[in-house]
Formats: sequence, C-alpha cells, structure tokens
Amino acid sequence: MDDLLTEFLTETAENLAALDVELVKFERDPSDAAILGSIFRMMHTIKGTCGFLGLQRLESVAHAGENVLGKFRDGALEATPAAVTLILSCIDRIRQLLAGIAETGSEPEMDNAGLIADLNALAQGKAPAAAPVQPLAESESTDGPVISEAGFPVAADLLCEVEAALSSGVQAATPEKILAELEAERAHEKQPVLVPAPTPAPVATAPAPKPAAPIEAKPAGQAAPADAAFANASIRVTVDVLEKLMTLVSELVLTRNQLLQMVRGQDDSEFKVPLQRLSHITSDLQDGVMKTRMQPIGNAWSKLPRIVRDLAVETGKKIDLQMLGAETELDRQVLELIKDPLTHMVRNSADHGLERPEDRRAAGKDEIGTITLKAYHEGGHIIILVADNGRGLNVERIRAKAISNGLATEAEIEQMSERQILQFIFRAGFSTAEKVTSVSGRGVGMDVVRTNIEKIGGTIELQSAAGKGTSFMIKIPLTLAIVSALVVESGSERFAIPQISVVELVRASARSETRIEMINASPVLRLRNRLLPLVSLRSLLRQEAGETALSGEQFIVVTQVGTYNFGIIVDRVFDTEEIVVKPVSPILRHIPFYSGNTILGDGRVIMILDPNGIASAAGQVQMSANDAAEKLAASSEHAAERTSFLVFRAGADEFKAVPLALVARLEEIDAGKIERTRARHVVQYRNHLMPLIPFDPNHQWKEAGRQPVLVFTDGDRSMGLVVDEIVDVVADVIAVELSADEPGLIGSAIIGGKAMDIVDAGTYVTRAYANWFASEPVRETATKNGPRFALIVDANPFVRDLLTPHLAGAGWRVMSAETGAEASRLIESDTGYGIVVAGLDTPGFDAAAFARKLRANPRGASIKLAAVSPITDDDEFASLREAGFDICVAKSDWSVLVDQLRALVTDLPRLEATAETDAGAQPNVTPVRKKTARVRRVTGRDQVAA
Amino acid sequence: MSHVAHIEAGSNAKPAGTLTEFVTFTVGGNLFGVPVLRVQDTLIPDRIATVPLAPPEIRGSINLRGRIVTVIDMRIRLGLPETGRPKNGGMGVTVESGAELYTLLVDSVGDVITLPSELREANPNTLDPLWRDLAGGTYRLANSLMVVLEIDRVLDLRAKN
Repeated sequence: MDDLLTEFLTETAENLAALDVELVKFERDPSDAAILGSIFRMMHTIKGTCGFLGLQRLESVAHAGENVLGKFRDGALEATPAAVTLILSCIDRIRQLLAGIAETGSEPEMDNAGLIADLNALAQGKAPAAAPVQPLAESESTDGPVISEAGFPVAADLLCEVEAALSSGVQAATPEKILAELEAERAHEKQPVLVPAPTPAPVATAPAPKPAAPIEAKPAGQAAPADAAFANASIRVTVDVLEKLMTLVSELVLTRNQLLQMVRGQDDSEFKVPLQRLSHITSDLQDGVMKTRMQPIGNAWSKLPRIVRDLAVETGKKIDLQMLGAETELDRQVLELIKDPLTHMVRNSADHGLERPEDRRAAGKDEIGTITLKAYHEGGHIIILVADNGRGLNVERIRAKAISNGLATEAEIEQMSERQILQFIFRAGFSTAEKVTSVSGRGVGMDVVRTNIEKIGGTIELQSAAGKGTSFMIKIPLTLAIVSALVVESGSERFAIPQISVVELVRASARSETRIEMINASPVLRLRNRLLPLVSLRSLLRQEAGETALSGEQFIVVTQVGTYNFGIIVDRVFDTEEIVVKPVSPILRHIPFYSGNTILGDGRVIMILDPNGIASAAGQVQMSANDAAEKLAASSEHAAERTSFLVFRAGADEFKAVPLALVARLEEIDAGKIERTRARHVVQYRNHLMPLIPFDPNHQWKEAGRQPVLVFTDGDRSMGLVVDEIVDVVADVIAVELSADEPGLIGSAIIGGKAMDIVDAGTYVTRAYANWFASEPVRETATKNGPRFALIVDANPFVRDLLTPHLAGAGWRVMSAETGAEASRLIESDTGYGIVVAGLDTPGFDAAAFARKLRANPRGASIKLAAVSPITDDDEFASLREAGFDICVAKSDWSVLVDQLRALVTDLPRLEATAETDAGAQPNVTPVRKKTARVRRVTGRDQVAA
Repeated sequence: MSHVAHIEAGSNAKPAGTLTEFVTFTVGGNLFGVPVLRVQDTLIPDRIATVPLAPPEIRGSINLRGRIVTVIDMRIRLGLPETGRPKNGGMGVTVESGAELYTLLVDSVGDVITLPSELREANPNTLDPLWRDLAGGTYRLANSLMVVLEIDRVLDLRAKN
C-alpha cells in the first residue's frame, strides 16, 4: 500500500474520531453554530480527500453526509435524533469502507445505495428511514469478538431517556411513528412537508444485490488545503523517531549526572556554572521529550461511552459508565496495547457482570448498574481499575468449568482458595457464559487481556464478591520513567530502590540505640516507639549469608508501600541517582521483587527492586513481627499503653475494630455448614451449636465458600460474630472517642492511622445469649443486701468500659475513678463499695498505700481489691498482696483477669495466689470454668496453650 | 568489553533450497550453529551482573552499548557438565528475539560457514532429548557433527518447566 493511502487512512480515522465527539456535543446543543461548523468542515475534508484519491464509494457516502450537514448548517433541516442517527451511520459506513481499504488496498464491494438514498432523502426534507440503533456492525467475519462500530455515542441524559422509555415498554419508533413525529415538528416550518411512503430499507449494512446508484464524483479541487488551518497545528512523527530521541535524552541525563558527580567534590571548579545551566536545560529537554510520548488515558476510553450505550440498549440493561482520572498520562505505545483489553473488560461487565434492571431491583440494588473506570499514578506505575457493581463472578460455575475443561482435578480444586479459583478465567478458551452472545462469551478474551498486559510488563489482579460486583486492577510500570532511586548494596550486588518509596534510612549497629532485635526469629527495629518489621535483602534474594561489617553495622531502608511501613536490611547504601527504568527481560519477569533494571552512570547493570513485591513476600514475616511487636510493647518499660485490635470489615466499606483480647478465635467456617433454625443461624462448632450473629444487619448469608467469623467464648458457650473480612491485627496506642448513642459501638479511634469504629462486643454476645454476662444467680444477693457498688480505678476509659460489663453483669453498679485521689474520695464517702478494681498505671495512684489505708479501716476489710497491672511483675504483685490486694493480674491476661474478677464478685472460692501468671504458664482454673483457659490469640502469642 | 566481530544481519529472506550461513560455536566440546541472520554480534562479556533468584540458565545481564542484554549460560541450558568450562569466561553470541537482546554464553566462537540446506539432516534418534527440543537438524561436516540450534526455542525457558 502506498504511503499516500496509509497517511490518508490514519488521518481520516482521526478525523472520524473527532467527528464522533463533536456530534455528541452537537446533539446536546443543536443550536451551537460553532460545533456544527466544525462538523461540517470535517466531513468536507474527508469527502475532499476521498475524491482526491479516487475512492469513489467513500466519496459518495461522504458527499451525501456532507449534504445533510450542510442543510443543518443552513438551518434548513432540524437535527432530530433520527437525523443524527443517520449521520452517525454514515460515519460508521465510512469507517467500514476505510477498514476494507486498509485490509485490501482498495474499496470493498459494498453497496451503499440505501444509505445514500436515505441521506439524500433527509437532505431534501423527507423523513429519514427508521434507523433502529444497530449496536453491532455485521462485519464480514463472524469469528472472534466483534467490536461495535455502529450506533452512536449518546449523552448520558439521552441514554436515561432511552432506558426510561424502554423500561416503560415504549417500542422503538416505527417508521410511521417517526414520520408522524417529524410532521408534528415540522408543523411550524415554512417548507412544504412531503409525506412519502416510508422507505422500507433500514440502514443496510449487508451488501444488497442492487446496482450501486451512481453518483458523480465531484472534481477533486478541494482536497486538504482549505482545512489546512487546523492541520498545521500538529505534525506527524513516527514512533521510531521519538524512541530514538527518548534514548538519546536518557543518555544525556546519565552523562549529565556523571558530570555533576565529578564536579561535586570541587568547590571552585570553573565548570560548575555552565554545568548548572546544562543541567537545567537537560531537565527541561527530558520533560519535553517525555511529553511527546505521553498521552492521557482518556484517549483509550473515548470509544467506551458509545460501546456501553449500545450494549445497554442491546441487553436491555441500565448502565452508567463512570470514568475517573481520564487525564492520567501514560506512554502512547502502552496506551495502544491496553485499549483493547480495557474495552473487553468493560464489555464483559456490561454483558455478564451487570444484571438486568428487574434482577437488580429484586436484589435490592439500584436499577442502574455502574461500571467504573479509574486511573491514577502510584509509585512509578499507572493503576487502572475496572469495576462493576453487578453480580460478581460465579465461583461455583468457574469451579465446574475448570473441572470440565480439564484444567484441574476435583482434588486440586478442593485445595484452592476462592481467589485461586477465580484465576481460571484467565485461561485460554475459558468462559462460563451460558450464552455466547455476539458481544462476548466466546472465551477468547481474558487470556488475551492478560497476555497483552504482561507484554508491557504489567500485572492484572481480580477481586469479586458474589452479588456485589467484580473489579480488576491493572498495574503498568511507567517504563519510560526516569526516576530517582537509591542505590544500595547487598551481597556484593547493587540494587536500586525507587526514591518515592523510601521513607528514611537508619543505621543500626549492635552497640547503638537503634539496633535490630530478633523476636520469634524475625528481625524488627524499634524506631521511635514503633516496631518496624524488617526483611533482609540477602535472605530474600537467597544470597550467601555474608559477614556483616566489622562494626556490626547494617543499614535499613525504611520503605513504604501504601500505608504499610517496613524496613529492608542492606549492607551498604550509596547515592540517590536518576536512572532510566528499562523493563525486565520477559524470562525474568516472573520474579516478583524486580520492577525493572537500569544502567548506572558507571555502566553497570543493576536490578530495580519493587517494594510492593518485597512487602508481599515479607508478608509472613510481617505477621509474626507484629505479634512480636506486641509482646515487646507489653513488656517494655516506657511503652505507651498499647491495645491490640482486630480489624475487620462487615457491611459497609469502613473498617471496624474490636479489642483482640476479647476474641477467642478467628475462624473461617464453611458457609455450607451454616444451618438456620427458627430465628437464627447456627453452626456446629466443637460439639456445640454456636449461634452466629452477623455484624452487618443487612448481611447476605452465603451458601457456599468460607465465612469469616470472630468467635467469642465464655465458659462453654461460644458465639460467632459474622463479618465480611478479617483484615488485620494492629497494636496501637489508642485514644477512644466514646460515642454514647450507637448501640453496638463503644466509640471510635484512630488505629494504625485509620479512623474506625470500636465495636462493643458485649452487644453482640448478648444477642446470642441474653445472659452472657450474667454469672450465677448471685446477682440478686449482691443487690439486696450488702455492698452494691464496684469501683474501677483507671485513667483509660476504654479499659473501664471493658471491665464494666463484667461487673455489671454480676449485679454490681459500677462507678469509676480516673485518679487515685478520686478513688480515695469515693471510697471514703460511700459505704456501699464492695469491690475495687484498680489499674496500677493510674496517675497519682499508689496502689500499695491505697490498699493499706483501706485495710486499716475496719469497714474496708471486707472490700475486695483487685489490681490490674500493665505488665506482669511478680515482685510488685507480691508486695501488693502484702499490702492487702486480693488478686493481681496483668492486663494482657485478659481472660484470666475476667475469670478472677468473676470469682471475686460472685464470691466463689478464689484462685490460689500462685495462679497469677507469668507469661507462658498454665493458670489453675476454677472448678466451674475449665474451658476458659483455652484462649488462643490469633497472634500466636501463646501464653495459654490452646 | 570488546567485540570480536560485528556481523551485519541482512533483512532479506534467502531463496529456498540454497545456502545458509551459520555462525558456529562450541559448548562442552560440541559444535553448534545458528543462522547468521539472527546474530547481532559476538563479544567477550565482562562484568556480568548476576540476577538473584533468576533461573540457573540465566547468568545475568550486561550492558551492550546502552542496552541491557540477558546472558544465557549455554552450558546449563544444554545440560552439559561444568567441567571443561573455559577459564576466560567464554564468549557471547548476541541474538535478538521479540525486541529483547540475549547473549548466548558459549565456550568459543568458530567460523561462519555456508552450508546447503539439502545436506541438513533430521535430528538423529540418539540425540539427547533436551537437545531434540532445541535442535533443528544436524549437518555432517568433515570432522564433526554440527547441531543447528533453534534460537527461539533456546530462549523459551518457560517451556522447559
């Protein structure tokens, strides 16, 4: 194909795309003369160039279109939706013809007479033929997924209009109807209205066996020059030229860096000033060249509104397409490669993901389904999200299909998690669609999508929730990026870490204050009262364990991934350099720790580390480091008070937290085993029936799969709190803001940097067992005779609130004091106190003195005294007991504390003095509550054997 | 790093049934050949940067005039023993595949020879199974047997797994 033709094709394609957009705008505001003017000019250009190249069919179609547009412009014709539809079909036909030319080099043998006749009829004021929106072009080939070209992009409000009309049963307008409408519209027009017989042929795309109506080709006079005005503003450059430019600029940047390095040491060098200038110029040049290759991703999205709209009509669904971050830029080549994958995924969402309006209504969802596209930059990558709020992926069907396609055996599938099963959709030929529609379902899609994305060094992940929707996350490296990176050394190899992920550098040695500590065989670093999990680059990369420097020094690169901070231990740290990121060779791409490689200023090749990959791999390390962190925190002298929380999600998207100490176990139970009794859901759990209370009142009970459950245990009663997802365990110093009003919530706090609600576990457990907190019928006696009040002395309202239910449940009225002084005052003023629970870290509270004073008073002899300490300190406990305390327990031994308190308040035989625990020992148990001893924390902090 | 020879690769397809030029090299005493059209150059690699966690066939990466080239250790790729590996590190035959550059690390590079395609024989049955995947026939030369290597299959390490 000769160059002229190629150029023509490219240029016209661009013009048509622009024309599409303009027509949409025009439809929204038909009175805008400027838009109409530009539309007319574009069509005119197309026609002219066609004629110039002797493409007769194309020219005649374009000519007919131009006629109609001319009439619009002159005001002789009104731009009704039907008319606009016809113009759009004209554009589509042009596209088809172009496609044919691109393939074969000459115009396809297509009969356009029908279309041309319609256009001409319209131009003459006759009614346009009923042009039902044909969402799909009937292309010559029927293999493979078809890209919609016909139909027209419609403004969102028009879409809603159509949907509303469709859903209320309005039929698409018949020719007669359109005619009638046209008549009515023309009622006030001056021109005589001709009412011809409705032309039968709809917009025909299949070749009809009619001779083509000859239309003389106008002399080619006009070609391009008349519209050169807007063509001159841009120049066409091949991608190769830009690529070379890019490489040269990169080399320039690196050489500049070398020079800067050399000059750095010398203060008085005469090179400094000119070099500075050179540096500025180079940076500007770099920015400029990068711009030439970067394009906003909106360009890849431009066709989507139309496609979605057509799909909506064809499937009878209501779809809203949201596009966020369209201005996010990425490399042109990358854009080309992801255009199709994105389109495919959007079609899948529209075709298979979103339900029909009536189904959505039945499921309690909004009738209008949403497909969301979101793009943004993050740490050297561009992230693109494609999500819908439809029915989600059907795991069961995927499972079945995988087995029937022979991709896995039953046994293998059994072992797989839901997440792994979902990955099957990326296999070639895999489709669980029951119907192969013309839109999708042929199973050729997702594997191609993934291949295309991996080709450019990207990744794609998927998440799906039944009934809620599906979302894909595509991550593509900005491979042309020149980024700042920190060069480090490990095992005598050098690596680069993108500067954007580096928070700080810490030097640790055995002798300094900052030193690496080992907990549970995981290294952690104590940094400003926080414990940072560490990962050793040497061990991660399985390099030889080397000798650390004589000084025992190691360097830690504190790295941040999202909100997660961790440290990477390296041998040496060098400079920060600007490097050109080059994608990793395909045969190395499977290694998760590298995000690229580069050539340093001295010519050596080094790998660029991917903090994300390192963080994920170190995930296991993180978990154990976290509980190690808690242990340290609990026993540290100057640790601020930390409470461990279990963070989960249920219902809404916000996180909720519950004190970990209250949770007996985390379980994932098989949803299939949940049974429904008259009023509630239960499950067989350890030989008992355990009631399941969903946290979210709108919880949809799953039929299959794993259901996360928080198990609370008291004695031999257990109750499962059903949540959506168990997120994390965080140990943090918390400041709770109490909220009085909401049942089920104690308040809210900032935990791990996020604000979240603190759940009152008590509310839920009492839903399971109304008398959860009631112990024995001693209740009555406590209130009728004798002391009625319990005093909790603790500055921490949270702790007070945790303890209160236990005491209240036993029939005591709970008063609280925040300081030692207040506690003394209360005790002295009222005789009704029977029990005092004192937190030893209450400010201004001298526990021993308090006890002695109390015991000295005859009245206070019978008051039960319990000391609650932040840490286990046997010596202190001993002296407290001597002073008069009945029991001393460490706060971290929550269950033991509760036990002993209960024993105290209900006057059962108290535990032996030796029952006070040091971490790790098995406490004695009261005869009544054997099983309470089996509390196993999820953190693995097994003070009590399970 | 210096080049030993820089071979221009032509872009025109040769007419069928005639002569093919091969770059020959030896690994572990065996003679191999690859079509000269696929070869970008031959070099003596130095300063190979190792890539931790890479498969054993991948020696590392080198910098070739500003491009990063992955070094494939042919001894390991062909399943040959370590003994006899040249002390000087060997030589590299650089090929391109799919817009990426690779250097095949071999013991030594021989001459470029021209062979008629009619003399190409199918892989003998006695050929090592691993080589059978990688080989595209053999030529009987005066004093030796030359195995033709299919470059794309050599580079396809995933198929091996």
